[in-house]
Amino acid sequence: MNLQSSANEPAIELVGIDKKFGAVHANKNINLSVGKGSIHGIIGENGAGKSTLMSILYGFYHADEGEIRIQGRPVSIRDSQAAIAAGIGMVHQHFMLVENFTVLENVMLGAEGGQLLAKGVAGARKELKRLETDYGLEVDPDALIEELPVGRQQRVEILKALYRGADILILDEPTGVLTPAEADHLFRILQVLRDQGKTIILITHKLREIMAITDTVSVMRRGEMVATRKTAETTVAELAELMVGRRVLLRVEKQEAKPGPVLLSVKNLIVKDGRGVTMVDDVSFDVRAGEIVGIAGVAGNGQSELLEALAGIRKPVSGEIFIDGKPVEAADPALLRQLGLAHIPEDRHHMGLVLKFEEYENSILGYHHDPRYGRGAMLDLDAIRRQAEEQIAKYDIRPPNAQLKTANFSGGNQQKIVVAREIERDPKMLLIGQPTRGVDIGAIEFIHRRIIEMRDTGKAVLLVSVELDEIRSLSDRILVMFAGKIVGEKPSDADEQTLGLMMAGIAA
Amino acid sequence: MSTASVPLPAWINYGVIPLLNLVLAFFFSGLVVWAIGENPFDALNFLIQGALGRGDAIGFTLFYATSFIFTGLAVAVAFHAGLFNIGAEGQAYVGGLGAALVALSLDHYVPWYVTMPFAVIGAALFGAAWAFIPAWLQAKRGSHVVITTIMFNFIAATLMVYLLVNVFIVPGKMAPETRTFLAGGQLPKLDWLMALFGLKLGPAPFNVSFIIALVMCYLVWLLIWRTKLGYEMRTLGVSPTAAVYAGIPYVRTVIIAMLISGGLAGMMSLNAVMGASARLQVEFVAGAGFVGIAVSLMGRSHPVGIILAAILFGILYQGGADLSFEMPNITRDMIVVIQGLVIFFAGALEYMLRPAMVRLYQTATGK
Repeated sequence: MNLQSSANEPAIELVGIDKKFGAVHANKNINLSVGKGSIHGIIGENGAGKSTLMSILYGFYHADEGEIRIQGRPVSIRDSQAAIAAGIGMVHQHFMLVENFTVLENVMLGAEGGQLLAKGVAGARKELKRLETDYGLEVDPDALIEELPVGRQQRVEILKALYRGADILILDEPTGVLTPAEADHLFRILQVLRDQGKTIILITHKLREIMAITDTVSVMRRGEMVATRKTAETTVAELAELMVGRRVLLRVEKQEAKPGPVLLSVKNLIVKDGRGVTMVDDVSFDVRAGEIVGIAGVAGNGQSELLEALAGIRKPVSGEIFIDGKPVEAADPALLRQLGLAHIPEDRHHMGLVLKFEEYENSILGYHHDPRYGRGAMLDLDAIRRQAEEQIAKYDIRPPNAQLKTANFSGGNQQKIVVAREIERDPKMLLIGQPTRGVDIGAIEFIHRRIIEMRDTGKAVLLVSVELDEIRSLSDRILVMFAGKIVGEKPSDADEQTLGLMMAGIAA
Repeated sequence: MSTASVPLPAWINYGVIPLLNLVLAFFFSGLVVWAIGENPFDALNFLIQGALGRGDAIGFTLFYATSFIFTGLAVAVAFHAGLFNIGAEGQAYVGGLGAALVALSLDHYVPWYVTMPFAVIGAALFGAAWAFIPAWLQAKRGSHVVITTIMFNFIAATLMVYLLVNVFIVPGKMAPETRTFLAGGQLPKLDWLMALFGLKLGPAPFNVSFIIALVMCYLVWLLIWRTKLGYEMRTLGVSPTAAVYAGIPYVRTVIIAMLISGGLAGMMSLNAVMGASARLQVEFVAGAGFVGIAVSLMGRSHPVGIILAAILFGILYQGGADLSFEMPNITRDMIVVIQGLVIFFAGALEYMLRPAMVRLYQTATGK
């Protein structure tokens, strides 16, 4: 590791950056200096201000106060064009690629070099070749983006930035969509880039990545830069504590599971997606009372469709689902809720919540026919608000205001609204998709404890998550899904490498 | 984050901004009036006087407003369920058939207050029936309700002409209309209500259906914000995926929302058919169904907003007619231009002034 990097002259300096959105103080007097040719990590909980800071650096927002210096020179970054001109490149969490364009076309997009394409194409092809050999970033320039695996698509994003002459590369949560193997490959690329003199800023909330790859690391909390450390001189525990401002349990403490009778059973289930592609391919498994079964897998291998089929949202093509030994007749979420099946969906923004509704309205979504919330055709708003306020208190949902629009809660609190609604119904079975995606560490801990409690009170829990750490720490059994099939079952103490290989479809 | 997500207090959102939009609309209308060589201030004066200056003027304004409340509510109910009902025009037209059938069958035998509830039901049933086919096609076949309701407006127009010319026409008469209803099939005027304010209604056809319209406003408010069905409709309207997740039946909710919407549109005919002309005539809806779209948009699909917007359009209709009478240079088409500008500024450009207001508000409050 390059430990002198921070002693080098800084590639980029932020001095006294301050940004407010209305009453929200997103960045408070941020000072940061990143050494040339180093990998600098920025970690922090959701809402800590990381994204705002990077958006200021990339010209999406304008800082209210403060100065940005690049290679020692103060610069004004008014928009992303100015950022590119200053040598800053950004790889977004959600790729900004045109799916039905080729790699070459995507790299050129916005830098075509004239009205006629031919000349630009030839130049771009040559430049791509050079970048490939210099940095080991091999991609077929004529491949269509939609046909590339996610890891390759990300490489195209990096190439795009380099093609525009970026010396400073910002990566925003780059490993969220990658398999462990792909993530390792990305890290190797980043190291090559660093050794060639590029400066890299890595934004993440995964402590493991920070430890594995960065030279220096800064921690943000509630809009402030609370600490900067040399990675070699810090520990995961210290960083976690700095992030949340108190000690956190990184592993969930739980007792041995006491599995009871089978509550949820799936036999030869086949599910197709909207385009008619088979996403769940002949899957069978059981979930018993009092156990958590985790489904590990890289996103897009059929877990989402499986969960939707079990929740009655997507009609399976064939196969059977049994609840309490009785076959489920129809794909009907309302019927399944009556049978005691609760569902925390993967996508809380589009499924689990109606963001335009007030909080209390969301606290009954799916359960609005319950007589507790009103007799006959009418809704009893007082009763609904009362139980919403009870949930807010019990789950520490902030701000504690049942009449606030749901969109105005942070991601973690939104997730708590969903978790509270589903768990407080005291269901027999619980389907959970990505329970802590985009949720900060404090809330993760809370949600994990609730899930364990559900198990300990004899519920059957099926957990789908792309976070392998989460699957491993919560599950009693782990099923690995690859290309629509369950490729194997492992106990919860299976090591990461084995699971990673299975998730990549390499070993069973 | 942009200014779009900065919350503003209600008095700015629902008071200052709509008012400024209206002022802008009148400013540009004034420019148009000035451009054709008339004095805009005189024109405005004629418009206001024509709509609100006398008892009968107010009566006409409220008569128009009554029709617009019904059609505005119709569009709003569908809109809450995520459906754009462009077919209020046709539904109101066919609703008139329901009202007329009730009036024609009962007016010999019973007084108006016995006829009225049946007429309300008849108008609503026929309007709802006309909305049912587009609703079913949307729910079951995915045929877009915007397209089908537009087409059903045309079908309604030809169907009604056929019925009036071939079935309902009074033998020996030339006009394609039913016979005149007797008092038992008419809705009485609200002279007494105007008298309370010391005004004389005169010839204006302001009638009991205004009260029915206000009752419907309350019922729509109750439906949308206080019932389980309204909750399901709003969920479907805002987030169809969340509705699926919550087990809200799509087909049922879409069809019911459209039936209610069509029923409300149908009730518009009570005002025109039983309240004003006392017979079913060709083209009696006269665009009220389309004005309902603008009214609902301006009123933000809320009954209170719809009442206010309906009165505004009532003023434009009645005052506009008076204006074109007083200033022959300003034709009916010019009035449509002015109405268009109001829709443009108050409806379509609703958020144009918002960013500026946010900045002003932030400076003023020092945030």
